[in-house]
Amino acid sequence: MNITLLTSEIAIICLSLLIIILDLLLPRFETRRSLGYLAAAGVAGVFAYTCTQYGVSATVYQGLFTLDSFALFFKQIFLLAILLTLLFSFDYVEGLAKYQGEFYALLLLAVAGMMIMASANDLLTVFIGTELMTVTFYILVGYQFNSSKSSEAGMKYMILGSVSSAVLLYGVSWVYGCTGSIVFEQIAKHANTSLGMLFGFGLIVAGLFFKMALIPFHMWAPEIYEGAPTPITAMLSMGSKVAGLAVLLRMVFIAFVPMQAYWGGIVSIIAAITMIGGTVIAMWQTNIKRMMAYSSITQAGYMIVGLLSADASGIKSVLFYAMLYMFANVGVFATIIAVKKHHGSNEIKDFSGLAQQSPLLAVVMTVSLLSMAGIPPMAGFAGKLYVFSTVIEKGYLWLGLLGFVMSMISVYYYLNVTKVIYMNEPCVQKEFIVSQPLRIAALISLLATLWIGIYPGPLAELANTAARSLSIL
Amino acid sequence: MFNEYALHHAWLIPLLPAIAFVVIGFFLRKSPVLSAFLAITMSMVSFILSLGVGYGVVVQHITVEHPLIDKIPWVDIAGLSINMGMYIDPVSALMLFIVTLVSLLVQIYAVGYMKGDDGFGRFFAYLSLFAATMLGLIIAVNFVQMFIFWELVGLCSYLLIGYYFHKPSACEASKKAFMTTRIGDFGLLLGILLLQIVFGTLDFAQLTIAIPEYVQQYGTGVLTVAALLIFAGPIAKSGQFPLHVWLPDAMEGPTPVSALIHAATMVVAGVYLVVRVFFLYSMLPNVMLIIAWVGGFTACFAATIAITQQDIKRILAYSTISQLGYMMLALGVGSVTASMFHLMTHAFFKALMFLAAGSVMHGLHDKGNIFEMGGLRHKMPITFAAMTIGVLAISGIPPFAGFFSKDEILLAVSEVSAPLYIIAVVTAFMTAFYMFRLLFLVFCGPEKPENNPHEAPSTMKFSLIILSIFAIIGGYIPHVYHFGEWIRFGDASHEGLNWTIAATSMVLSVLAMALAWLIYGSGKVSPDRLAMRFSTLYNVSYHKYYIDELYLWLNYTFVRGFGKILYWLDLYIVDGIVNGLAKLTYRMGDELRQWQTGYLQQYGLILFGAILIMVVWLVITAPISMASLRGGAY
Repeated sequence: MNITLLTSEIAIICLSLLIIILDLLLPRFETRRSLGYLAAAGVAGVFAYTCTQYGVSATVYQGLFTLDSFALFFKQIFLLAILLTLLFSFDYVEGLAKYQGEFYALLLLAVAGMMIMASANDLLTVFIGTELMTVTFYILVGYQFNSSKSSEAGMKYMILGSVSSAVLLYGVSWVYGCTGSIVFEQIAKHANTSLGMLFGFGLIVAGLFFKMALIPFHMWAPEIYEGAPTPITAMLSMGSKVAGLAVLLRMVFIAFVPMQAYWGGIVSIIAAITMIGGTVIAMWQTNIKRMMAYSSITQAGYMIVGLLSADASGIKSVLFYAMLYMFANVGVFATIIAVKKHHGSNEIKDFSGLAQQSPLLAVVMTVSLLSMAGIPPMAGFAGKLYVFSTVIEKGYLWLGLLGFVMSMISVYYYLNVTKVIYMNEPCVQKEFIVSQPLRIAALISLLATLWIGIYPGPLAELANTAARSLSIL
Repeated sequence: MFNEYALHHAWLIPLLPAIAFVVIGFFLRKSPVLSAFLAITMSMVSFILSLGVGYGVVVQHITVEHPLIDKIPWVDIAGLSINMGMYIDPVSALMLFIVTLVSLLVQIYAVGYMKGDDGFGRFFAYLSLFAATMLGLIIAVNFVQMFIFWELVGLCSYLLIGYYFHKPSACEASKKAFMTTRIGDFGLLLGILLLQIVFGTLDFAQLTIAIPEYVQQYGTGVLTVAALLIFAGPIAKSGQFPLHVWLPDAMEGPTPVSALIHAATMVVAGVYLVVRVFFLYSMLPNVMLIIAWVGGFTACFAATIAITQQDIKRILAYSTISQLGYMMLALGVGSVTASMFHLMTHAFFKALMFLAAGSVMHGLHDKGNIFEMGGLRHKMPITFAAMTIGVLAISGIPPFAGFFSKDEILLAVSEVSAPLYIIAVVTAFMTAFYMFRLLFLVFCGPEKPENNPHEAPSTMKFSLIILSIFAIIGGYIPHVYHFGEWIRFGDASHEGLNWTIAATSMVLSVLAMALAWLIYGSGKVSPDRLAMRFSTLYNVSYHKYYIDELYLWLNYTFVRGFGKILYWLDLYIVDGIVNGLAKLTYRMGDELRQWQTGYLQQYGLILFGAILIMVVWLVITAPISMASLRGGAY
């Protein structure tokens, strides 16, 4: 039994516990910023450590937990996401009324959950990882104790989330009943297309679709995104979604291989509905976080399109997309936090004249949004190109065309924000403060988005390695 | 050691100016000294590196048959993989040398010329961007890289022609340049796509092998179309008839720009493109013939216009068009050697003349009409010397640079076609005539009292002197060192001068000089009287054959008319569909967002409803519908 495979998860959890302890030791009225820095430094260290692990492929605990390049790729997405999120949320956390130290600790626990999900190789580990992440998010979503919106969001998320977890667990029990196993490889061996198996599979997939906020399992997303503290919105959008994707990918390509003929239809239809619905509703939003909720719904729709080709190039395109999606999100949410600090609200009209107040953030926001819209030379273009070219090759021409049309329509609401940023005059004349860590996070996202867009080769190569490590293909 | 390093790091040559562009553009724009310093330093390093590359090519025996290719994958998706990289052979090494040299000298010159200008930093940022993109174009390994940089140099040209954006004429000129070259670029793009369809690759090295095989198997039909489409790019970029109209107007840009972009480097990109894909053209004798005639006609045609122009930079612009025609002509008759040789010497002496013209205009406070100048040789001796060297070089007087390259071209042409040879010789005569006309009018004769000329500052003089040296020895040295052994396509061409041809062109040049002296130098024959006497010819030439007017008329009658039809289609059909779609999505969004009520029980209902539908779908209908969703391709 090789416990070292769990090093990064253990490290993150220990870091979280350490922060809780230090939080107790720190004087009551001192700022918790130092804990934030500690968390960021620790995450950076773990990230550096994961870089050395590529090429490993092993399992522990009788195959319950596996570490391969695929899992590593996702873990790095989560670690980068949390690292950058920490960088741009120090100021935000300082504005919280209480429990600032726990905020960091809980965020880290959520990430530990995501990392376990990426490595989960059996249905129970999937469930544990998912719950670790989601339960932590229940708390974090309602973290603004003085805001009724936040509390309401936390409550709603908990109820709907529990329902979806119950559905997932119910599905797991069916699959266990039909195959006698919960480990993916074993399930694959005993898999059949009996009624019970299909039923269980459907329930599990539905639970994951809920986590990814695909239409029609998305109803929770807009309100929770809007009500949650912005760093949590960012992590929901980047982490929760992508973690669901990681589990889904590993599960359908290893455990449920015989079902491939069955889920293709569902995935293509849900992807289509998601792309259409997310896009058209986003156009109506006046709140930037709500708009981003619908935008992230749409983006998830693009990502699962890549599943349809059911081969290494399809998975590669999904991984590639997930990474660039993370960077674009960082840019957007960093800007949202800075603007929120300035104006105190999250309406799109608050972005008026941002170009004059902070040219850097204006550029970051514009580039990130255009990347999500898929305009070259931003990374999103390369991502969409990879995703859609692989599925079109498999015969889903209609889906490719739909994705193209929806991308074009989405340009409308993305550019709407850009228009406000550049064309309108600032409405409040006071100094616009951008803190140094936030600036760094924004710059990293900007450079990464442009770099991946102009020269996608290295990342595509990495994604390819990761995709191929799902050995069953 | 150094050449080894330079060869394998040739990608640094375009990268360094690109860095200069970014740094100046974002950080140093407000600081003239720093931006000029950075731009020049980067150019200097690029220049040294390209010297290293040139040396490396010689000592490592890299020939046109065995180029050094280094590339990395850029885009790799199913069915299409595109590389970026560098293609080093003697031809590209020569181009690297020319471009880095001229761009370095022009930047040094511009320090003096642009002094005190508000946009000094911006100017150097653009110049650096131009150098970066042009150098990237030169080392392109495939058509895609070539095309990307091709468009980027077009962009730089646009930015720099419109550098004085507050002047309406400059804005007009920049737009004209951009749009005219776009016409050619469109053809180029179509040609490239056609090649991709036929061969499935755009890599130069792979096409070199694939094309002869293809021709053997399928003949030349499709390739002729592709080659002609590709040639549309060079026609526009290198100012060949009938898309030459943008180049004279491009003189609205600052003079260093004219020297660098519109004389020495960017406009020869078209010639370079044809050389780079000569493996394609050499297979197609008919297309070669067309190239030769386009080149020959352009050379002669532009020379006849230059004779009557009065603006110093416009004369040089038409001269550039004419000389580019010469290069195309040489390519058309199959001599890459002669064409590239002339490209090089032309870069030296034309840049020299432009810089000298800039010095004249700088001294006379932006006056451009040569009839308002005169007698400048006393006050501006260095400029005078530089211009004289340039004129002697372009007129083909030995031992100046132009003599050798022009002779090479004439020799190559004479072996292929007698009519083209005559055209070329007549052009050479006219070239010498209008160039000496310029020289005599500007520098000889009495001084005009209203002018108060002063000699250029030292940075400008420095560039003039260095380029003068190149304009003197730039022909002889390569001639002695077997230029044709290195720069060629197929077997090395013959060497040595053909003295009959050399003597003919020399005698004609001297005659032209004498004629120019008679009319413009000595004052024995009045130019006005001549103009009256041949008023029709004079007017046609002075108005550039009314081609601009013709294009305007064509534009008004046909393009506008066609545009009106398209506008109607756009307004009622395209917009109708688009607006309809927009309305539909907007309504749909409005409808759908009503579902977001905020009631938890409703969300739960939808969730379970969706799960139910999904599971039922899975259990009952999945396998059947699957096949149809995939478009039957299972």
